[in-house]
Amino acid sequence: MKILVCISHVPDTTSKINFANDNTSFDTNGVQFVINPNDEFGLTRAMWFKEKQNASVDVINVGGPETESTLRKALAIGADAAFRVNTAPTDGYAVAKELSKVAKEGHYDLIIAGRESIDYNGGMVPGMMAAELGASFVNNCIALEIDGEKATAVREIDGGKETVTCTLPLVIGGQKGLVEESDLKIPNMRGIMMARKKPLSVLEPSGQQASSTTLKFEKPAPKGAIKMVDAENIDELIDLLHNEAKVI
Amino acid sequence: MSVLVYIESENGAFKKAALEVASYGRAVANALNTKLKAVVFNNEDCTQLATYGVEKALSVAHSEPFNAKIYADVIVQAAQKEQAHVVILSSSADSRYLAPMLSVGLNAGYVPNVVEVPTSTQPFVVKRSVFSNKAFCETEITTEVKVIGLSNNAFGLVEQSVSIDVESFSPTMSSSSVSVEKVDKATNKVSIADAETVVSAGRGLKGPEHWGMIEELADVLGAATACSKPVSDLGWRPHSEHVGQTGKPVASNLYIAIGISGAIQHLAGINSSKVKVVINTDPEAPFFKAADYGIVGDAFEVVPKLIEKLKTFKAQNS
Repeated sequence: MKILVCISHVPDTTSKINFANDNTSFDTNGVQFVINPNDEFGLTRAMWFKEKQNASVDVINVGGPETESTLRKALAIGADAAFRVNTAPTDGYAVAKELSKVAKEGHYDLIIAGRESIDYNGGMVPGMMAAELGASFVNNCIALEIDGEKATAVREIDGGKETVTCTLPLVIGGQKGLVEESDLKIPNMRGIMMARKKPLSVLEPSGQQASSTTLKFEKPAPKGAIKMVDAENIDELIDLLHNEAKVI
Repeated sequence: MSVLVYIESENGAFKKAALEVASYGRAVANALNTKLKAVVFNNEDCTQLATYGVEKALSVAHSEPFNAKIYADVIVQAAQKEQAHVVILSSSADSRYLAPMLSVGLNAGYVPNVVEVPTSTQPFVVKRSVFSNKAFCETEITTEVKVIGLSNNAFGLVEQSVSIDVESFSPTMSSSSVSVEKVDKATNKVSIADAETVVSAGRGLKGPEHWGMIEELADVLGAATACSKPVSDLGWRPHSEHVGQTGKPVASNLYIAIGISGAIQHLAGINSSKVKVVINTDPEAPFFKAADYGIVGDAFEVVPKLIEKLKTFKAQNS
């Protein structure tokens, strides 16, 4: 089984978000970048398929040279080879097309992406790849088993879950549940040393046109002061929620 | 030219999020000076949609469970038939599932998490939330057809009554390589995505055995229950209740956080809730800086009192 894991290079979840160039671009100053958490759950599940079902695992990212440290981390966790499509990721649709081209040429059985990246929260790349490739697609995937040419997956739905079966090739939008938080691997020294020798190929982009353009960022308006209510005076809280906030 | 909305139903009734999508679609159609049309599955009575400005409903009968690929293909055909230039969906799990496939089918740019009516229609610019609600971004969609995902509870319900034509629509039903085997869904519980109120608790509750009062408070308020990341990681509550940056987003009217300190990742996930109440023993908890109302106190004393007082309030106000 050949697996491709799509890796997004995103600011760490604790990052303070600031913008530069007259609020037209994200300010990367002092920001630490990591593997997108939703992708990391998928990568860790891919490692399970590698160990138990002898799968090969490639990782891929669309981005500039600065994203290579994130790909190296994926290699240190255990991926076999990495690809970087050498172009700035403009919008999700263009990224999905770039990734689909590589996925098609590589004849992957399973393509794992996160349900969304935690920076732009687009949540569109896996579904668009599935549509471009004519592959099966399961979003918000919280469990996945593969048996030969057939997959059984669980999708989280609003207020519950849904079990589906499907044929390969399959694209999933993964998230926590594919593996547990405690299953995530911190690369050890041996992994890091080995990752240096693993192939990281830089691919030229196919020049996809973006379908949307980011114009300007803004931060939410500052929050008004909190109203404190005494723990002995619950009636006041109920009154505020009813008459002032009008939410009960 | 027209604006098309995808209207979701549940148990024979339109979802609130779907009526919000209709309200928003009406505003977009007004801005573009065009008609608002809807595609509706398994719901023949479309009269309620007229209240929210839908002038034509394409009614599709489909007896099988929801299938994203098949639904996306139907909406593509509806959009082509009605020459829709803008297609709008909600932020439900199902809408998010099918939107990217719909977008490829229409060769349309797709922007999710949109929070306002377009700031301009020529060029077509929308405002969406990014960085898990830590920021907003104005985005221009440059394709001829545009797909928009509307953030839950961002626009609200706006009535604009019109007369509606309902047409039975029989598109080509495609096949899908994904088949649904089983759906597990609690029918008596409101989901976090659809809830007007969410009651959420954290490690301050000291153990899973103390969630009885959280569930009771949620019952009194007709709310969904949720939890912080540590609580789901410890296995006290299911992952499906984890709200925050890597969990579920919450956009309820009222969010009550009990024994949650308010880590930046948690706040990111619940930021778009309208009114936030925090109950915590630690007056220095960062959540107090992000909330509207706060009580410094022990959850084990405050919550039972709150339940009693709310019961009395509900009895007097119902």
